[in-house]
Amino acid sequence: MIERKIRVLVAKPGLDGHDRGAKVVARALRDAGMEVIYTGLRQTPEMIAESALQEDVDVVGLSILSGAHMTLLPVIAQKLKEAEMDHALLVVGGIIPDEDIAPLQEAGVHAVFAPGTSTQDIVSFIKKNVSLN
Amino acid sequence: MTSSLSQQILNRKRRAIARLITYVENNHPKAQQALSELYPHTGQAHLVGVTGAPGTGKSSLVNEIAKAYRRQDISVAILAIDPTSPFSGGAILGDRIRMRELTGDPGVFIRSMASRGNLGGLARAAHDAIKVLDAAGFEVILIETVGAGQSEVEIARTAHTVLVVEAPGLGDDIQAIKAGILEIADIFVVNKADRPGADKTAATLKTMLELGRNKTQQIMHHGALMTINNPLPPSQDDNNPGWQIPVIQTIALKGDGVEGLMAAISNHRQRLIDSGELSKRNRARLADELEALLQAELMRRLTVHVPAETLSDIIAKLVARSLSPYNAMQIILEDYCS
Ligand SMILES: Nc1nc2c(ncn2[C@@H]2O[C@H](COP(=O)(O)OP(=O)(O)OP(=O)(O)O)[C@@H](O)[C@H]2O)c(=O)[nH]1
Ligand SMILES: [Mg+2]
Repeated sequence: MIERKIRVLVAKPGLDGHDRGAKVVARALRDAGMEVIYTGLRQTPEMIAESALQEDVDVVGLSILSGAHMTLLPVIAQKLKEAEMDHALLVVGGIIPDEDIAPLQEAGVHAVFAPGTSTQDIVSFIKKNVSLN
Repeated sequence: MTSSLSQQILNRKRRAIARLITYVENNHPKAQQALSELYPHTGQAHLVGVTGAPGTGKSSLVNEIAKAYRRQDISVAILAIDPTSPFSGGAILGDRIRMRELTGDPGVFIRSMASRGNLGGLARAAHDAIKVLDAAGFEVILIETVGAGQSEVEIARTAHTVLVVEAPGLGDDIQAIKAGILEIADIFVVNKADRPGADKTAATLKTMLELGRNKTQQIMHHGALMTINNPLPPSQDDNNPGWQIPVIQTIALKGDGVEGLMAAISNHRQRLIDSGELSKRNRARLADELEALLQAELMRRLTVHVPAETLSDIIAKLVARSLSPYNAMQIILEDYCS
């Protein structure tokens, strides 16, 4: 019998300070029955891709509040691809202006969650869109 | 014939290693074949268990130990096991937070694993994941488990060298006594030695090791002389003659004391080899593993044949006291296992 669990890497790329939001999301995902690998602050794109690969996650969830999303996210998406991890769902939460969403999706980001998005919405999005391998 | 998945693991392809560990965790049918193909290539790694109460600094210490091995150009895999929430079935696996520095080093592979409920299941998944990492050629495998649940302690116990990590300030008593993990220590580490009370914690452990020297003692109980097993570990490990269990103080955050700890791990390994205990432990572990596999498979074969209604009828009779558990067992075995 196959016993699958959704595995999610939660990381905070870039240099901005706190990870309260990321922790709230991590707990919500755990409470929804997912296994959350929490890597904490100041993760480089290389670290995120390498951790995602070693942990063989189905989802990579990032929190970016610094405004550096346009520089960080395309690089992260590229590194995930190089690591053969582009089948994983890439979702991001943070303060991201509407006009940036389309180019980010173009670059490989599957969903952008604005501040104030309910954790329930994040959970449902993941459950609906994840492709379990 | 070696399948491409196992071949990739022998070539240390990281994606394949990660993949097979997922198959192992999910009980995927592909796991058994790959594991059988890889089995002849296992048995090379030195397995170091790191266990202790929550928050004592196990992950920080694992990070330092791994760094020290890397300075000697020894490759290291880390299996970090955390409990699954009994309420949701989910888990937060946070050990990687302390291992930032190791990410990106091709000589290191870190995998987090959730305990996922059932006792035997965790042990099987952990041992199989260890085999994957072993076959991939990692020379040392560090296994971090919280020394709380029985199965976590069991996993640490099956390592070649077991570190039990304590920290001062967790209360007056040595935290681990209740969980029964003191008995499995090959090396004690008192981490957070920068905190007040570290010397006292180390001294307490040393005293306990001294007291534990006589394994059994006789006491008067209600006027009768009784022999009880001493619950404390012996300072001289009977299973590994000549090994004195050391108590080592460390400050994981600064790397202090790690050199001494590395020497102790290496001495312990040498001692295991010299005394022949290493092969004895390996043999015992494999025997346990076979027994567990047989048990699980026999149970599975039996229970697939017993219809749920039949079982629930029988249990109703047990509740009504019209059938005893022994008779119920005999009925089930006669009807479904002959
Ligand atoms: N003062 C001090 N703090 C330390 C030391 N080692 C670890 N810590 C801190 O102790 C806390 C727990 O450290 P971890 O390494 O996560 O401990 P752990 O035993 O792996 O924790 P769990 O996996 O949650 O059981 C962290 O805040 C560390 O920074 C040390 O030597 N001295
Ligand atoms: Mg830890």
